[in-house]
Parts: sequence; structure tokens; C-alpha cells
Amino acid sequence: MTRYIGRRLLTSIPTLVLISMVVFGILALAPGDPLSQFAANPDIPPEVRMNIRHQLGLDQPVPVRYVKWAVAFLHGDWGYSFSSRVPVDRLILQRLPTDLWVVGSSYLVAVILAIPIGVLSAIKQYSLFDQLATTFAFIGFSLPTFFTGVLFIIIFSVRLRWLPFIYNVEVTDPVVMVKQALMPVGVLALFNSAGLVRFVRSSMLDNVGQDYVRTARAKGLAHRKVIIRHVLRNGLIPVVTLLALGLPAVFVGAVITEQIFRVPGIGSLLIASIQNSDTPVVMAITFVYAILVVLFNVAADVLYGLLDPRIRYG
Amino acid sequence: MASTRPEQVVGVAAAPPATRAAIPTRPRPARTMWGDAWRRFRRHRLAMAGGAVFLVLVAATLIGPAVYHVGINTIDFHAAMAPPSAAHPLGTNDLGQDMLARVLYGGRISIAVGIAAMLMSVTVGTLVGAISGFFGRTADHVLMRITDVFISLPSLPLLLLVIYLYRDMLARTFGPQFGIFWLIVGVIGGLNWMPTARLVRAGFLAVKEKEFIEAARSLGVGTLSQIFRHILPNVLSPVIVSATLSVGSAIIAESTLSFLGLGFPPDIPTWGRLLYDAQNYLDMAPHMAIFPGLMICLAVLSINYVGDGLRDALDPRRLL
Repeated sequence: MTRYIGRRLLTSIPTLVLISMVVFGILALAPGDPLSQFAANPDIPPEVRMNIRHQLGLDQPVPVRYVKWAVAFLHGDWGYSFSSRVPVDRLILQRLPTDLWVVGSSYLVAVILAIPIGVLSAIKQYSLFDQLATTFAFIGFSLPTFFTGVLFIIIFSVRLRWLPFIYNVEVTDPVVMVKQALMPVGVLALFNSAGLVRFVRSSMLDNVGQDYVRTARAKGLAHRKVIIRHVLRNGLIPVVTLLALGLPAVFVGAVITEQIFRVPGIGSLLIASIQNSDTPVVMAITFVYAILVVLFNVAADVLYGLLDPRIRYG
Repeated sequence: MASTRPEQVVGVAAAPPATRAAIPTRPRPARTMWGDAWRRFRRHRLAMAGGAVFLVLVAATLIGPAVYHVGINTIDFHAAMAPPSAAHPLGTNDLGQDMLARVLYGGRISIAVGIAAMLMSVTVGTLVGAISGFFGRTADHVLMRITDVFISLPSLPLLLLVIYLYRDMLARTFGPQFGIFWLIVGVIGGLNWMPTARLVRAGFLAVKEKEFIEAARSLGVGTLSQIFRHILPNVLSPVIVSATLSVGSAIIAESTLSFLGLGFPPDIPTWGRLLYDAQNYLDMAPHMAIFPGLMICLAVLSINYVGDGLRDALDPRRLL
């Protein structure tokens, strides 16, 4: 197993290198100067601008800059933000707790909701509950988060005045902290649980008709036991894999929700940095997202092997 | 969909012609795979409803602006942020512009982006998958590595990045509307072809070993003809389903970009752009957000139901 993990991690290195090249290339070849803010400022004389360019290494050819960036990145030096002069890693770490709190709890809520609903809906296939659950899941999964977010604000903030619609990190009162997180967490949980319900349901249905279930019933096991001990245990294997696979996407997808509710997470940092042409921050965040995707891909495969004894990696 | 092209029906037994000679009846038309699929699709009520809703939306956005003669840019500050009324069925925005006119006109672009991006991702995905699956070896290896890299790319950040960085250049070279349209279509399509490529490749791997392909090859059928006339029609069903669903996700992607202020400029009111503009007036004019948002939901939901119905209808294992 350890060898398998090692091999998978090794083979993901070229993928990561290629991704970093693509992102770096897009940034480096873009028309317009990453220092356009300075360029637009008439107070900065051209010599000074040249100096800044030189200091930041922007006067060198793209491949040289790429290699320098990659070496520095591996050494943990992610550069400085152009706009706030703060090391990029510190900037990202500042945002991480908010992200983990809002996005993390939304994923947790989504999982806690989705597994029982999906399981029940599969066991009672074609019942009223199943039809309601699948319809809601279908709608929840088709509604974009930016619309549910806006709808939540109209209903809960504008009409009912229950919840604040701007997230404030400075708040220390736990009640307000929970209240202001309710809407972003709700929007994300709704969207993610809808997709999960569909997946849990179909994974359970794949197992309900299997021979081993019939055997368990034939042995005289109670219905409850058959479902919980046999179907559920097998049906949840792909679900666990999907949970690992989906985690990076959940964080990346939260960009929109963070923007709606002004949650100062990594996603809103990314958007602000894109709009400020803050290249080092954009590069670092995009690449961190890519690393997460690749790592969790490996994690999902490994988990699958651990949970399903039929799968053995050589 | 319902076209009957018997030459593509391989492996599906055509109904025997009516042979009861005593009664001179017309021979029953042969059942084809597409005909069967259409019959199954028609039974899927929600999918039919979804298809109808989507067609109505398309028709409304195409014909609507011609019938509903209100300018999308007519500013009237006296009627700013007016709720829905007889004069303005969907109300007006902060500049007093008519929302119905804007929603109809903007829908045209939103739907066009969805369909164009789908066509692009399906074309690229099919080509990559076909080459990879048909030729195998080095071509397969290289293309699948590229596909892996694309799958690992964080698509939303890249989408935002590319559009932010390149939109001014393209707007300058090709004009604001045209340049940004193709940039958005290109980027959405270019980041979404991977699932199609994998589906097509898997289909090609399965079908190319079948006897009828061997027969075609031994008859001297050329490579291109083998790929496009013999193998491709047989791997099309999953591709059609994923293509349908990708129209919806492309509409969402475009709306997301516009909603984050990184899509079309303000004078091109796509549904996402309208929502973006409405964000600051949620307390005074919620209708500015609700109507465009509902249109996005309606479009995506109806497309997804069609996709769901197609998935069931095109599954050849389900014989009805």
C-alpha cells in the first residue's frame, strides 16, 4: 500500500508541473503589464518603474522566471503580494480559518443531511419520500449558488430581517458569528447535499439488488440489519471516495458564495487579486487549488482500496 | 432525434416486414434505434416538459425582442426601480430600463453561449476521444495525459483569470461583443471537453473490436469512414446526454462569470450580468434579481430534465 501511495504521488508530480506551467504561462503571456497600476501612476518616473520591474524579476524571459518561481515555491517562498506587500503564504493563512469554518461546516452539514436522505430514498424507492427527495435534489443541484444566495438575502435579510447579509470577521460574539455564517453555510450545504443525495441514492440502489443482499435476507436477518450492516456498508464505499474527490471542488466552488456574502475567505482573496492584477497571489492560490485537486484524487483512490477489500493495488 | 437512419442501426434487430399476405397491409415501418429512443423519451413526462419549457425560452428570446418593442437601453429615471406593472411587466432597473426587454435580449446571449460552448466541448472531446480510442498506443497515451492535466486544472479560477487577463485584448481586436463572446465560449468549452473525451474513448475501445468493424476493415473501408460512419454513431448516446447537460453547465458558467463582474460588459445584459447589477438593490428592487435568476434556473432545470430523460431513452439495455 505504501508503495502504491508513493508511486501515485510520484506520477502526480509531472501533472502538477504541467499545471503550474499552464497557469504561469497564462499569467506571463497576458497582454497588459502586471505593473499597470504603477504604470498608470504619473508620480512614478520610468526609471523607478524599470527598477521595480528589475527587482521583481519581470525583465527576464518567461522560462527563466518560471524556473525561479518554481524553485522559490518549493522552498516555501511564495513571494510578496504586489498590492499589500505581505508574504503570499501569510495572506492565505490569514484567510484559511474563515474558509475552514464556513466551507468546512457547510460540507459537514451537507454530508449529515445527504447520507440519511439518500439512504432512505433508496430503501423506499418510488415512495412519496423518494419522489420528494429526488425532486428537491434535482432542483437543488440545478440551482446555481449565486441565485440561491441572492434569494436567501432577499428572504432572510431584506424581508424577514433575521440575518445579516455581510460577513464580518471582527465579530467575537458567538451568536452573531453563527448567525452571519448561517446563510453562506446554508447555500453551500444545499447545493452540495443535493448532488450527494443523488449519488448516495444511486449507490445504495446498485447494492440493494445484489445477490449478497438476498443471501442475507435468506439467512433470516432483519430488514434493518440487512440495510445497515450489509447494504449501507457497501453502498457507502463509493460515497466516501466521492467525498474525498469533491472536497477541493467544494472549496473552489465556494468562491461565488464568499463573494455574495462578502466572506473574507481564500476565494474572495482570489477574485480581489485577479482584479488587482496581483500576480503572485493569483498564481499561488490557483496552484494551491490544483495541488488540492491532485492530492485528493490520490486520497480518493487510496481510500477506495482501503475500504473495498476486492480492490488490491500491486 | 427522431430521424430514421437505418444504416446506423447496428446490432439492433429491425422488425421483420409484415408478411401476412392474405391481408394487403402496408409493411410496418421498421423500428430504429432513434425511433425507439424517441418513443421512450416521450414517455418521460418531466423530460418532455423540460424540452417544451426550453423551446419556449429559446423562442421567446429569439422572437421576443422583435415583438416586444421596448429598447433595452431606454433610460427613464422617473420609472427607476419600478416593480412589475402593466407598462413594465417585469419592472425596471436602477436606470429605469425595462427588465423584460433586457431579460429577453440577454437570454439570447446566455443561451447562445451555452449552446456554442457545448458544441465546442463536444467537438474537441469527440475528436480527442476518437483519436485516442481508435489509434491507441502513443496517441492514446499522450492525449490521455493531456486529459488528466486538464481534469486537474482548477477550472473556475482559470476561467476567471483568462477572461480577466485577455478580454480587453480580444475586445479590441474583434469588437467588444464578438470578442468577449468567443473568449467566453472558448474558455468554457476548452475547460469542459474532458468528460466527453473519456466517454468517446471508452466507447471506441469497446466498439472497435466488434465484428462489424472488422468486416468493414476487411472490405477496405478507409480510416476516416470507419471512425465517423461506423464507430462514432454507436458511441453517440452517452455523448448526447453529456452534451445536453453541458449546455446547462455552460449557461451556469457564463452566469457565474458575469455575476462576478468578469463576463460581458454592462451594455450586454446576459442573465448573469443582470443579477450582478441587481446585487446592490436587493432591498429596494428585489424583482431586478428574481426574474433573471428565475430564467437561469428555468433554463438549467429544463435542460437537466431533458438530459435525464435522454439518459433513460438512449440506454439500449432498456427495451420497451
